[in-house]
Amino acid sequence: MARSVTIQRKSLNTLIAWIIGLLLFFPILWTILTSFKTEAQAIADPPVWFFFDWTLENYRVVQERSNYSRFLWNSIIIAGGSTILGMIIAIPAAWSMAFVPSNRTKDILLWMLSTKMLPAVGVLYPIYLIFIQLGLLDTRIGLTIVLMLINLPIMVWMLYTYFKEIPGEILEAARMDGAGLKEEILYVLTPMAIPGIASTVLLNIILAWNEAFWTLNLTAARAAPLTAFIASYSSPEGLFYAKLSAASTMAIAPILILGWFSQKQLVRGLTFGAVK
Amino acid sequence: MRLGKSLVASTALALVAASGAYAQTLTIATVNNGDMIRMQSLSGEFTEATGINLEWVILEENILRQRVTQDIATSGGQFDIMTIGMYETPIWAERGWLVSLDGLPADYDKDDILPAMRAGLSYDGTMFAAPFYGESSMVMYRTDLMEAAGMEMPEEPTWDDIAAAAAAMTDRDNNINGICIRGRAGWGENMAFITTVANSFGARWFNENWEAQLDSPEWLEAVTFYNDLLQNYGPPGAANNGFNENLTLFQQGRCGMWIDATVAASFVTNPNDSTVADSVGFALAPNKDGLDKRANWLWAWALAIPAGSQQQDAAMQFINWATSKEYLELVAEREGWANVPPGTRTSLYENPEYASIPFADMTLRSINAADPNNPTIDPVPYVGIQFVAIPEWAGIGTQAGQEFSAMVAGQQTPEQALARAQALVTDEMEAAGY
Repeated sequence: MARSVTIQRKSLNTLIAWIIGLLLFFPILWTILTSFKTEAQAIADPPVWFFFDWTLENYRVVQERSNYSRFLWNSIIIAGGSTILGMIIAIPAAWSMAFVPSNRTKDILLWMLSTKMLPAVGVLYPIYLIFIQLGLLDTRIGLTIVLMLINLPIMVWMLYTYFKEIPGEILEAARMDGAGLKEEILYVLTPMAIPGIASTVLLNIILAWNEAFWTLNLTAARAAPLTAFIASYSSPEGLFYAKLSAASTMAIAPILILGWFSQKQLVRGLTFGAVK
Repeated sequence: MRLGKSLVASTALALVAASGAYAQTLTIATVNNGDMIRMQSLSGEFTEATGINLEWVILEENILRQRVTQDIATSGGQFDIMTIGMYETPIWAERGWLVSLDGLPADYDKDDILPAMRAGLSYDGTMFAAPFYGESSMVMYRTDLMEAAGMEMPEEPTWDDIAAAAAAMTDRDNNINGICIRGRAGWGENMAFITTVANSFGARWFNENWEAQLDSPEWLEAVTFYNDLLQNYGPPGAANNGFNENLTLFQQGRCGMWIDATVAASFVTNPNDSTVADSVGFALAPNKDGLDKRANWLWAWALAIPAGSQQQDAAMQFINWATSKEYLELVAEREGWANVPPGTRTSLYENPEYASIPFADMTLRSINAADPNNPTIDPVPYVGIQFVAIPEWAGIGTQAGQEFSAMVAGQQTPEQALARAQALVTDEMEAAGY
């Protein structure tokens, strides 16, 4: 029997959900609002909220100063490329760990995660020197590979958890019906795991899109993505908040839109297997 | 046959031209400040005149510093021109990381560069970086508040004058703080300011044997004075205030006085951003009564060529253009004299049109009053005024800065902060083998 929920309780829950949602969204909202202010309004005390002369001046300045489309294109290639490359490795790896585990599977999973326990700066110089030797500095391919390697443990772990939820009996049944490994993965496993794969893909695109350590350290002019675009608007001397906000808004807009359209997939994937 | 030959010849020519054009793209790493952005927007003129293309990498100051250090230390060769400061120049030049600028043509007129700037950007008498803009520090104060208090700021104030003016202008009920100065930890933040105060009180970081001197009575007097100023007349939360925070406060009319970079003068007098633009006066950085050392610093953002660059000749051409007298005239012609990058050339200050700008004279006097080779009253083994030009400084300056910031936040006394700073500086210097 379903629990009866009173109207009061329901509206209280809704109210709390809204408050938490707005709190989480507030920094982004504030960034977007600031991007339409003048520099003087951006630092005004007490702050101005909605009633000011909205201006597109900051966007004009940012457009004039920086080649936005080049940064955007680099971000798309790097985030998309590292995710695709990562999935090509992570899907078979997670498949084998979930369905044909060996004695060492748990250890391997933990070992993979241990690479995330070292702060990135600890390996900056070795990687920088390797990049110099291989001529990969300031190239999209170099950055794609590094971001793929950084996110690979998370991809494998996420996919492994999703695959574990798929009953092995279904695969056995498919095998009984004469499905080979290829058919098993393509026609049985993949359709069932689509929500999990989709959310892994989305999460990794977001992580790669926002990655700001390696993307700043391994690029100069040619391969610099949107993180470098934002970094160029922070200033040690002088007012910059409004222009920085405009640059940030332009940098997060694509990923925000992507997230908005795919939120159904994302939520389904992230809560997959949470309720049995 | 002839057609074939000429085709081959023209193709070869095109290839050579194309590879030549490809080779001539310079990558420039720089900071985001008004003068640099203006240079970027005017650089089309340089490309037009020389055919050399430019790629700009603009980064926040701390990221830039880390990024170019990493690249130059590993010979990464990512940049052909780097924007560096007075702190890095002598250290990197000593290590052979920078190309000497002796190759600049005679009409560049090195002798026209302000002597203090040239001294700070040279190593062993050779210039390794060309100043793009230079600054010192000075007092900026509210003429209206001083008038209301019935006081007058001398052109060459002492610290006693500053304390008296701060006390008179402080009006807690109306949210006006007598003085705004840096409190945020960092070698380029509070330590820049505190070091200049210490210099003016007769203190020094090291004696001639590289022994830390923070346990001296001069340091205690300087730091106590600094702390009292902030506690009594400073804004709330001063321990977190750096240049930008104080700029904001001053522009909003919350500060009676602000002692900071001369470059701030053009911001606080800009009516578009500043509510107090028409009532700002300027004075030299203070000294202590009876001592002949003013608390003003010296800094320049300068352009240098890393030794790993494959295009040193083209990079030299660019530096010649960007730091020349002609460039200053170009900016003046396009954007007016007030927007010309200050503090680099004597000829700029001799120009009557530039001299009519309200803060031009005080900026020049402040820069000329600074001597990076003799920063203190007692002799020291280092160069640099608001910093010590040794590689260890960034580390010890920042750690000591945290102690003084904690002091401003009320977590420890000046004695405690100095004792801790003395201990950590001694440890670091011993570990570094001094």
